Amino acid sequence: MADLKVNFAGIESPNPFWLASAPPTNMGSMVERAFDAGWGGAVWKTLGEPIRNVCSRLASIDQGPQRMLGLNNIELITDRSLEVNLKEIRECKRKYPKHALIISLMVESKREAWHEIAKQVEDTGADGVELNFGCPHGMSERGMGAAMGQVPEYTCMVTEWVKEATRLPVIVKLTPNVTNITPPGRAAVRGGADAVSLINTINSVMGVDLDTLVPYPNVNGMAAHGGYCGPAVKPIALNMVSELARDAEVNVPISGIGGIGTWRDAAEFLLLGATTVQVCTAVMHYGYRIVEDMIDGLSNYLDDKGFHSVNDIIGLSVPRVTDWGNLDLNYKTVARIDHQKCIQCNLCHIACEDGAHQCIPFTEIDGKRFPIVDEHECVGCNLCYLVCPVPGCISMVRLDDGSRPLTWRELTTREPETMTAD
Amino acid sequence: MSTTHDSPINLAQIERNFREIAPPLTEAEAIMESHRCVYCYDAPCTRACPTHIDVPAFIKKIASGNLTGSARVIFEANPIGASCARVCPVDVLCEGACVEKTLMAKPIEIGRLQRYATDAVFTRGRDVLKAGAPNGKSIGIVGSGPAGLSCATYLARLGYAVRIYERKPLAGGMDTYGMAEYKMTQRVSQEEVAQVARLGVEIKTNTEIGRDIQLDELESQHDAVFLGVGLGATSRLNIPGEQLEGVYDALDFIERIKTRDWASIPIGRTVAVIGAGNTAIDAVTQARRLGAKRVLMIYRRTDREMPAYEYEYELAKRDAVEFWWQTAPVEIVAGADGTRAAALRCVRTEAVETDDAGRRSFRTIAGSEFEIPVDMVIKALGQQKMVDWLLQIAKLKLDAAGRVAVNPETMQTANPKFFAGGDCVNGGREAVDAAQAGKLAAQGIHLHLSGERVEFAGARVPLHEETSEIKH
Repeated sequence: MADLKVNFAGIESPNPFWLASAPPTNMGSMVERAFDAGWGGAVWKTLGEPIRNVCSRLASIDQGPQRMLGLNNIELITDRSLEVNLKEIRECKRKYPKHALIISLMVESKREAWHEIAKQVEDTGADGVELNFGCPHGMSERGMGAAMGQVPEYTCMVTEWVKEATRLPVIVKLTPNVTNITPPGRAAVRGGADAVSLINTINSVMGVDLDTLVPYPNVNGMAAHGGYCGPAVKPIALNMVSELARDAEVNVPISGIGGIGTWRDAAEFLLLGATTVQVCTAVMHYGYRIVEDMIDGLSNYLDDKGFHSVNDIIGLSVPRVTDWGNLDLNYKTVARIDHQKCIQCNLCHIACEDGAHQCIPFTEIDGKRFPIVDEHECVGCNLCYLVCPVPGCISMVRLDDGSRPLTWRELTTREPETMTAD
Repeated sequence: MSTTHDSPINLAQIERNFREIAPPLTEAEAIMESHRCVYCYDAPCTRACPTHIDVPAFIKKIASGNLTGSARVIFEANPIGASCARVCPVDVLCEGACVEKTLMAKPIEIGRLQRYATDAVFTRGRDVLKAGAPNGKSIGIVGSGPAGLSCATYLARLGYAVRIYERKPLAGGMDTYGMAEYKMTQRVSQEEVAQVARLGVEIKTNTEIGRDIQLDELESQHDAVFLGVGLGATSRLNIPGEQLEGVYDALDFIERIKTRDWASIPIGRTVAVIGAGNTAIDAVTQARRLGAKRVLMIYRRTDREMPAYEYEYELAKRDAVEFWWQTAPVEIVAGADGTRAAALRCVRTEAVETDDAGRRSFRTIAGSEFEIPVDMVIKALGQQKMVDWLLQIAKLKLDAAGRVAVNPETMQTANPKFFAGGDCVNGGREAVDAAQAGKLAAQGIHLHLSGERVEFAGARVPLHEETSEIKH
């Protein structure tokens, strides 16, 4: 069985699966149950000055019977006193010395405030701190959370303050509510961050109740934008993680967050450069127990692929991410339909007809009418392959022999007047 | 005819036995099932449906929470879509065609989803069909069964004044009086009848042509007439003893069950049902549900030849019916009182030859007579055509089998003022076939009277895109 242990910026963890700072890590008894279930680490729900929450706080986007493809919340940081939290952190760490216990922090933008809380956390024996520069609702209106993460100078400054006060590894949690993730990532590193974690939640309005006309979640007839997470945000998170992973200046470990619910999701984050992953929504949906299959599935995957350690796959796909201009314009694939498997639902036909390039007409085979790809017209866009409900029925087949790769960069260097491919 | 309650089981048990075999979907099930639909383009289910309901469209409307729109799609293509949702042989129609069958071995439950959508509008009292602006013309419809109700619906939508003549106390025809009670209660067909009435269609029940109104009056009062008269009485056995007490016509037996007045429905201890069609299945399964100890299905051929659908046969098997294949009744024998049926005398048959179509014929085996003690005999041999009645209509033509001859596109008979559809034209098929015939007839009547060609939803097999040659 492959070794799942990781060392994240000096923090040892029995596996790369951590709970993100959120309701599942609200208190000691919860974190302890999570560790018992198999979670390798946990980021404690953000500590700070006491707050007062509203009711209600959560809303979700569903797809038919599939609940919570996306989840949004307007809950704030911990509503428990600092003393109680610190006491429980100390007890938890004593009981679970081998697990990674990270404490999320958010206080007002004053050097002394950050110094004070960082020292208090270090005193508990916790393994590290995570600076919450990402919370997009409520706290940001008070100049905290995303208000920090959206200004690289602030990100750098506060990171420096915390580094002055503690020897613990400092992880900076970044907000995705920026046009480019690289400047805040670099700012954290400039400030001395030992690692970054991303993404925090995305600004969102989840929908509108068509009977009351009040958007969700309803707080006495009014609504405010909240933080969006869950499976639907995974592609956004993967993009931002890979952007930082391939940036030479961001040379610190990354903890990947955003829509992770299975070992497959986790493996993708690891391949794109994350050393650990953090999970919240899937646990809020199904409970701590999901970590069992995450461990089991990742371990079987590593064994099947011949990797001895989870560390062997971290970042393996990063070199496969590039800019569009470096993609090969001469790479050519077309769709092929296996008529033995085709159930004649014709979804490929109508998708191609109305959504692509009108190259899947019908043909008659043994008296049955099947969709068939006109390979001369097919641009290899993948749409039919994506809509086909039958596994293995449509495959994308390579037609070029790979002997004459040509990128847009090369093309425009050679022929500067060319702005598009032929 | 005995009307005492002879059943050895109590009324509460009978009530349980007659619970619906296909209960309604719950909201959670409907959401799950509607999302499971692949949403085929040019879908095989729609092709397979005789009324060509746009099945993927109505299912996706359920998925989007637009139940009103879903029911509209259904009723626009089939005005009796709520009954059809319960009584259609979906295994051989839409669900049989569902490609899901190939994908995951379980087709989408189209019938139950159709019920879910149509139930919703009936429960909420939402009308999804609208009558057209009055065009001043009047149509008479004879028979309020599936064909008549369907035809009336489309004609009302076109602005015709429509009057339906129905000889029975309730409208709905076979949907009201002829469906197995565990598939559909009268409430459903009455909701559909009420939907038709809300379009302004006048439904005159207890009104028989020739008794309460004469044919010539009918003809003079209306600009055109649609005949949706169905079929006549159950065919006779033509054997001795057919007049004895305890011998019933399957359709009468089923009709009495529709009252749900269990105590008034005759039931024997040992019941022989003669025939092996879908009506015979309805008779055997319901005889069992009423408490008959033994129910025998008597058929002169074998299960290879039986006309009942496979899933109907399965229903009978599940009810522990005894199948007496290659058995032909020759006499119903009276008991000691001389008036009540006490036994069925039968003879064995053997297969003799196979015709060009692969059908075997059977002949009786001399000397193989035997008697089965029974106290109830139900005849389910199919219905006769109403030849004599139909021939009163001038110029009407029937085919050799006694079916009304029509133009298959317009349903116009040889008498241009008369149109016809349903069992009297097709010889006895499904309610959904009759619904389609009513639709085509409404289009035909409108063409005949106005010269205008209209096409209602599902009037034809949906556009079949041409196949093409691809150059490689």
